[in-house]
Amino acid sequence: MTTIRHHLSDELLGAYAAGDLPEAFGLVVAVHLSMCDECRARSMTLETLGGAVLDTGEAVPMGEGALGAAMARLDALMQEPKAAPKRRTGVPAPLAEYIGGDLDAVRWKSVGKGVKQAILPTDRLASARLLRIPGGVAVPDHGHKGLELTLVLQGAFSDGTGRFGLCICLAATEAPLRFKGLMPRLAQPFFRI
Amino acid sequence: MLRISGMMFDAGTISQTGGRGEPDHYVAGKATNSGVGRQLATNGQEADWAACMLRVRDHGDRAAFAALFNHFAPRIKGFLMKSGTPAAMAEDCAQDVMATVWQKAHLFDPAKAGVATWVFTIARNRRIDALRKSRRPEPEDLDWGPGEEAPDQADVYAAEEEARELGRALQALPAAQKALIERAYWGDRSHGELAAETGLPLGTIKSRIRLALERLRREMGRD
Repeated sequence: MTTIRHHLSDELLGAYAAGDLPEAFGLVVAVHLSMCDECRARSMTLETLGGAVLDTGEAVPMGEGALGAAMARLDALMQEPKAAPKRRTGVPAPLAEYIGGDLDAVRWKSVGKGVKQAILPTDRLASARLLRIPGGVAVPDHGHKGLELTLVLQGAFSDGTGRFGLCICLAATEAPLRFKGLMPRLAQPFFRI
Repeated sequence: MLRISGMMFDAGTISQTGGRGEPDHYVAGKATNSGVGRQLATNGQEADWAACMLRVRDHGDRAAFAALFNHFAPRIKGFLMKSGTPAAMAEDCAQDVMATVWQKAHLFDPAKAGVATWVFTIARNRRIDALRKSRRPEPEDLDWGPGEEAPDQADVYAAEEEARELGRALQALPAAQKALIERAYWGDRSHGELAAETGLPLGTIKSRIRLALERLRREMGRD
């Protein structure tokens, strides 16, 4: 894995903790947290604060018989057994889940100049894609004007002045027509490409 | 590990929130045989939810589950209603969340998160599923890897203790600041909408949230 050069903003982590991020941005955050202990610790603190908000918030009484219904329901609910540890792949678990394995499982499609991409299945508020950019190729302009959050998974990435190697990165991009409001103010990309 | 820096997220209107609701009622009669009766008889703030959760996880203890249900279900319902969920749907979701607490009890690890934190994450995910028909990717599990010792018994409840400390600090905030933080978690409201609702400029709202969090950090004594 590459060195973490940028940390996630508190704003982005806050939205992730609150469950407000489109799935594609949530995926980039989850992959980053899998690789960055510092951001994970901040993220856990923000979840703890969410727990405190829930616990100290207003308790609205449940309907009559709610406890009885819940207890009756337990009979039909099996308690799940302790899960076996998941098989590790070469990529962080949240990403492996979306590509169905490690990077070898990715079905790349060429987008020209040797650059390949694979769109990952997420909700339509934003889109997530893997990009594979060969060494020596100038950074492609994929003509996107909205917010973008990009995480380098493998290789080096430089914005133009020299060193280029094969670079594989994960990028979430806003779907401008579908999502307004919060995201433009969360803009803190790792790299803009 | 608790660290609250100048985080920012979206928030709703600034307003006073409701009280803590009715005191909890426990099924004390059912609980006395389970050995958690003493804990269940105390009030909600001091009850040992982690001990209840471990009894659910390790023994399928129904009395412990009932105690958790009585405390958390109304709070989940209240939380979801604040998030804009209609009452009937919030009630159903609270039932679902508690069912998940039972089913996925094996995932509860007191060394990683307190019970309120864990319940919050389940409720939040249920809301994403119910309102947006979407999901939230989770980071890779942190396992106690080979060569790493599981935490000492004394450290097992550290997460619960920290969560309580944070809860007390949140309660100690001035009402308007507490409300700002709460609304950030109720979710799906942009600063822009808040600006429109209150007539306050965006910059003012953001700096007020920042002030609230700075104060919270001071309350925690972790400057």
